Amino acid sequence: MTNLIEAQDISGEHYNFAYLDEQTKRMIRRAILKGIAIPGYQVPFAAREMPMPYGWGTGGVQVTAAVIGKDDCLKMIDQGSDDTTNAVALRNFFVETTGVGTTTKTKDASIIQTRHRIPEETLTKDQVLVYQVPIPEPLRFLEPRETETRKMHALEEYGLMHVKLYEDIAKFGHIATAYAYPVMVQGRYVMDPSPTPKFDNPKMDQMEALQLFGAGREKRIYAIPPHTNVVSLDFEDHPFEVTKFEQPCAICGAENVYLDEVILDNDGNRMFVCSDSDFCEDRRAAGHVGLLGTNPLDADKTTEEAE
Amino acid sequence: MLTTDTHAQSEDLPLLQVSSTTKLYGDRIGCKDISFDLYPGEVLVIVGESGSGKTTLLNCLATRLTPTSGSVNYRNRKGQMRNLYEMSEAERRMLIRTDWGFVHQHPADGLRMTVSAGANVGERLMAVGARHYGNIRDTATDWLGRVEIAEDRIDDDPRAFSGGMRQRLQIARNLVTSPRLVFMDEPTGGLDVSVQARLLDLLRGLVADLGLSVIIVTHDLAVARLLSHRILVMRHGHVIESGLTDQVLDDPQESYTQLLVSSILQP
Repeated sequence: MTNLIEAQDISGEHYNFAYLDEQTKRMIRRAILKGIAIPGYQVPFAAREMPMPYGWGTGGVQVTAAVIGKDDCLKMIDQGSDDTTNAVALRNFFVETTGVGTTTKTKDASIIQTRHRIPEETLTKDQVLVYQVPIPEPLRFLEPRETETRKMHALEEYGLMHVKLYEDIAKFGHIATAYAYPVMVQGRYVMDPSPTPKFDNPKMDQMEALQLFGAGREKRIYAIPPHTNVVSLDFEDHPFEVTKFEQPCAICGAENVYLDEVILDNDGNRMFVCSDSDFCEDRRAAGHVGLLGTNPLDADKTTEEAE
Repeated sequence: MLTTDTHAQSEDLPLLQVSSTTKLYGDRIGCKDISFDLYPGEVLVIVGESGSGKTTLLNCLATRLTPTSGSVNYRNRKGQMRNLYEMSEAERRMLIRTDWGFVHQHPADGLRMTVSAGANVGERLMAVGARHYGNIRDTATDWLGRVEIAEDRIDDDPRAFSGGMRQRLQIARNLVTSPRLVFMDEPTGGLDVSVQARLLDLLRGLVADLGLSVIIVTHDLAVARLLSHRILVMRHGHVIESGLTDQVLDDPQESYTQLLVSSILQP
């Protein structure tokens, strides 16, 4: 396998830095700058074919490729984890094409590309968070026409967004939208925060880091500059509520973090663990132990990750 | 029938002024040189055979089609007369979803078929800034009652409704923001006669109660007779006869109008 890779020569020398050519990167940077200037506005851009399928994060990869420099340190997460297929594949892509350093530590990273989560650790002004976005248009499922949704954004006609929330309450008794929960950015544009759980919505508000969103298939880029107001939409009598978990993380004991459900056996036993794997490791290193902290499976996992 | 009088005394200025409105499709005439005034509380019906230009005219008035020439002026709630086609798009769309209603022939064109009846009625309220779920739902319940839809159907999709119920839901959805002017394109088309009769009864009651101005396009002279105060008869894109409904239908002057009136089946 290694020989094959060498034979095809994708070791980086024959690609431009970060895969894209310089003109393309300039084009994407212009779109990013426009997006930053108009927070929440979807800027169309000429997304390129990338050497990975749509749905794998082609939009996020192009944004990262446009902003990454030789001195950057990259962290790549998928569903909060550093070691799932998508994260590993995209991290390796940038290692091959840029040679930049990578990390799994949130605080060490200067660029964090994410799919579905915002890290638990508070981000700082020196960091950029890049989201992979499948469908950038929050109004899409109620209004299929792009010409119409653009007009609705232009004229701030956002009543339709509440029709969706109304339907939730009418059908389920509460706002059942749990991810891709629509937000109002700086009192102007309604924005889809990509399929992050609504648990992460409050973190977007007044965040110190720059947030960039890239949708490759839909060819849109949008942004939230640092210290921007991001408000989750709701009704006066059904206010926005963050997802709550009944128990802490099973292996590090963390509370008020987003948990993943893990099935343990065929008898219906399950545990809830931090979706942010780096956060969980840090806590365990600091001596925190959850209910299942002494589980032998846990020990195996830690040694694997150490490698 | 003369419910207009009280309104006419308090507001004797026209709500809508149409002057020389013309719509051409290339060399063909859609409608040509149409002028009339519509007063608050007045119900005007436009009749004519298929292809006579009545829907074209309605669309020109409701800003769904841009006329080739002529002007359409509307008096807004502040009492200012504004040319619809000189307004900004934002103003026009605001007008359409608050001050106006448009009832389509096919309810599927005017409803959101994938969301519940309650959300259909509530959409306009949310569009003008209502953000209290309980209030929105109360208003929706009230309006469903007024159009004779049972309260327990509020969370059903319009797909589960019969044709007559859909049409009534569409009317409720349009009237919820208390518009002043409602356009209707063949509101009874495709409904069987008994359902038509009930819908017409309902419409007549609502129009009188709310003091609505209505422009209805229909080819059904019974609708004209029952609902309207004034009538325009169109043929080949021109208005060939106009006047009080009863007068025109009882004593038609133009040969085409005579033909139209005499072709009603008498059971």
